[in-house]
Amino acid sequence: MKRRDSLKTLLVGTVAGATLGSTIGCKTDETTTTEATNVAAETGLYGRTPKEIAHDNKVNTEVYLNEHELTTIAVLCDIILPATADAGAATEAEVPAFIDFIVKDIPSHQLPIRGGLMWLDGEANRRFNKEFIACSDAEQIQIIDDIAYPDDEGKKPLMAPGIKFFNRMRNLTLTGYYTTRMGLDDLGYTGNYANVWDGVPEEVLANHDVDYDPEWLAKCVDQSKRMDIAEWDADGNLLT
Amino acid sequence: MQIKETPKEYDAIIVGSGAGGGMATKILSEAGMKVALIEAGPFFDPKDPVTQTQMKWPWESPRRGASVNRAFGDFDMSYGDWKVDGEPYTQKDGTNFLWWRSRMLGGRTNHWGRISLRFGPTDFKHKDVDGLGDNWPISYDDVKPYYDRLDKMVGVFGSNEKRYNDPDGFFLPAPKPRLHELYYIKGARKVGVDVIPSRLSILTKKLNNERGVCFYCKQCNRSCNAYADFSSSSVFVIPAVNGTGQVDLYVDSMVRSVTTNDEGKATGVSYINKKDRKEYQLKGKTVVLGASACSTARILLNSKSKQHPNGLGNSTDNVGRYLHDSTGAGRAYFVPALMNRKTDYNEDGVGGMHVYSPWWLDAKKDKLDFPRGYHIEVWGGMGMPSYGFGFDVSSLNKYIGGAIGGYGDKLRKDVKQFFGAVVGMAGRGESIALRDNYCEIDPDVVDQFGIPVLRFHYKWSDYERNQAKHMIDTFDEIGQAMGGIPMGERAGKDKDWGLLNPGQIIHEVGTTRMGNDPKNSVTNKFSQLHDADNVFVVDAGVFTSQADKNCTWTIMALAMRTSDYIVDQLKKQNI
Ligand SMILES: Cc1cc2nc3c(=O)[nH]c(=O)nc-3n(C[C@H](O)[C@H](O)[C@H](O)COP(=O)(O)OP(=O)(O)OC[C@H]3O[C@@H](n4cnc5c(N)ncnc54)[C@H](O)[C@@H]3O)c2cc1C
Ligand code: SF4
Repeated sequence: MKRRDSLKTLLVGTVAGATLGSTIGCKTDETTTTEATNVAAETGLYGRTPKEIAHDNKVNTEVYLNEHELTTIAVLCDIILPATADAGAATEAEVPAFIDFIVKDIPSHQLPIRGGLMWLDGEANRRFNKEFIACSDAEQIQIIDDIAYPDDEGKKPLMAPGIKFFNRMRNLTLTGYYTTRMGLDDLGYTGNYANVWDGVPEEVLANHDVDYDPEWLAKCVDQSKRMDIAEWDADGNLLT
Repeated sequence: MQIKETPKEYDAIIVGSGAGGGMATKILSEAGMKVALIEAGPFFDPKDPVTQTQMKWPWESPRRGASVNRAFGDFDMSYGDWKVDGEPYTQKDGTNFLWWRSRMLGGRTNHWGRISLRFGPTDFKHKDVDGLGDNWPISYDDVKPYYDRLDKMVGVFGSNEKRYNDPDGFFLPAPKPRLHELYYIKGARKVGVDVIPSRLSILTKKLNNERGVCFYCKQCNRSCNAYADFSSSSVFVIPAVNGTGQVDLYVDSMVRSVTTNDEGKATGVSYINKKDRKEYQLKGKTVVLGASACSTARILLNSKSKQHPNGLGNSTDNVGRYLHDSTGAGRAYFVPALMNRKTDYNEDGVGGMHVYSPWWLDAKKDKLDFPRGYHIEVWGGMGMPSYGFGFDVSSLNKYIGGAIGGYGDKLRKDVKQFFGAVVGMAGRGESIALRDNYCEIDPDVVDQFGIPVLRFHYKWSDYERNQAKHMIDTFDEIGQAMGGIPMGERAGKDKDWGLLNPGQIIHEVGTTRMGNDPKNSVTNKFSQLHDADNVFVVDAGVFTSQADKNCTWTIMALAMRTSDYIVDQLKKQNI
């Protein structure tokens, strides 16, 4: 099973926390020529203050979730987002490592996650006399199907804690996944690079019942002249 | 502990390096004045790769940008937010005023929204229209030349629209609307709400050779490493420090009080160096306060002396009073027509909305049950995911009759079909300045530097509540007209129609307001203290009233005007 296989990757992934050097960079003396200064992406630094670096270092040395809990989380993550033909599974995007970090960083997640995992093992024990991760895929899915949907009419009162827990797991898994390269690619997100915005492409407009009106467009930037220094007449009409 | 004095006497000591202090630093230093700029926070340059957050990917933050350390998330460029470590503020009589402080070179201008709106002729004389509040002692015509210079000096995109109370200026061209903004335009026009290109201090076109041109990353709140948006650090302070040789910059230095002499005139300031936690004094011919409206009031109230027993500038008990923030309320709409949209193009645009609605009604003619207006800001689009992305995404199915919950392929489908299908609106309105809304010194509490802290007392009136109701009614009309379905519960009367807390819009003004009569104002029309003619205020403290606009463009225009006046008065040896 795919999701079992990726478990190994995951457990390695959890140990290696983010390495946050206290790198003191030298000031680059770049010119202000401006086009596409897509600098500093992927440097590993993310603009921390000394206090924030200390905070991250502290969180990284703490341990909250134990191995059993992380293993269970990995199974859940891959039930929530298994691999598809085009995209990897949640564990391949190291979502469990993210969850491991975030429950330490946002302690309000701790009790609901830990308690929810125990609830899940309890439920698995009641139904199948074994812990959740020891259950077969079919057994796991049987439980998950009971907690993966809201129960607005209160037909399954005993499932309420599980539903709450699974909702949180689903939320954290989605965030953990779609904030990685793999997730952005799956989403089709194409932003965060230097570009010259010149309006919604024609083929996109064609799918929607909206349009640019010429009067409005006349007020918009002519991108072929963006590098010409602005000059105005006395009435505020742009000349360049 | 002995207070250390420096013998040097500056022409001007400027406190705070935000919008107002930065402008004063630029104008005074370029006029050849010897200037000390004192800033409570550390040095900051948007270009420095060590502190830079612009163009980072979400995974570069282990918490994916969550707001654990910074209230608006890891990538937001503000050191300090509603809370500053070791520097509390307190509340009185059930008040819950929220006070945002950025402690860094450039202050809040490193991450502000760049919405740059001139006040209009009515805004300076609104009492003439509805009898409420007070008129400013100056008119639009007094400020217009400074707005004009400001447009050209700092750069702002927009369009000339010939609207009486939203004056035209010298605009850079506007960026084309994004897809969800086209939906907004259509919806707003259908229900008779005006929409025009927004006005943001972002360079869509080259302004000079010192600064870059926007490369459309949508991240101005992270501060632009190309200096293509306005931050006081990059546009005013750093060039003034490096270029004029006239500025001594003191960072990590927290001003406690203005010192005065036997005649009651200012002699300089007393400040704490945060590094060694010792107190120092600087001498200056003038003191220019730009610590932000409430911080400036605090400094003045803490500047007690024999000549100013009630605090400097406070002989008539007006410092800290007439505190008022913009009103705010918001609402989000799910737009089914935006579902399953094409995502394969970069729609980031600038760091802010490309279109907005200026106030389009007239309280009298339109028989409104509130006196002052508001403008509407629009948000939406295909934002870069960060912490919180995907939370409860499948619950959107309730609007289209789909199944809520689930996992696997169904969940992936939900994430994708709903991406970029939510459009939000936020109203930002004018409140009426009241003498009884104020900040004062809390006699019982000091900060970690031993400086007495501020205590807030603030209540909204029905004017603001009724205005908030009008906002959400209007949003619902526009939302419906653009094919949207309102999300979440609509706030009712019990929740003040969704009116946000005072302070929350971060446009606090009025604490040292200007006026011709010293009995009910703190400064004169040049922002000069009635009680000490060599002390000036260059932040929003001097605002006699808000407008249905954001305040910063006016802070800067007035700071320029006051700085010109200071240069003139120093040259004439009047002060
Ligand atoms: C998220 C956000 C979005 C915003 N968006 C907009 C917008 O779109 N349009 C708009 O017009 N406005 C906006 N604002 C408001 C705008 O940022 C402020 O109006 C503007 O920055 C005020 O300028 P200032 O110089 O008065 O104060 P600040 O920018 O706050 O600067 C004050 C400086 O003084 C320093 N200081 C304070 N006390 C002391 C002391 N005792 N000693 C020494 N230094 C001190 C501070 O550290 C700070 O650097 C926004 C604000 C926020 C937070
Ligand atoms: S949107 Fe433009 S001005 Fe703003 S930070 Fe990005 S490049 Fe700079």
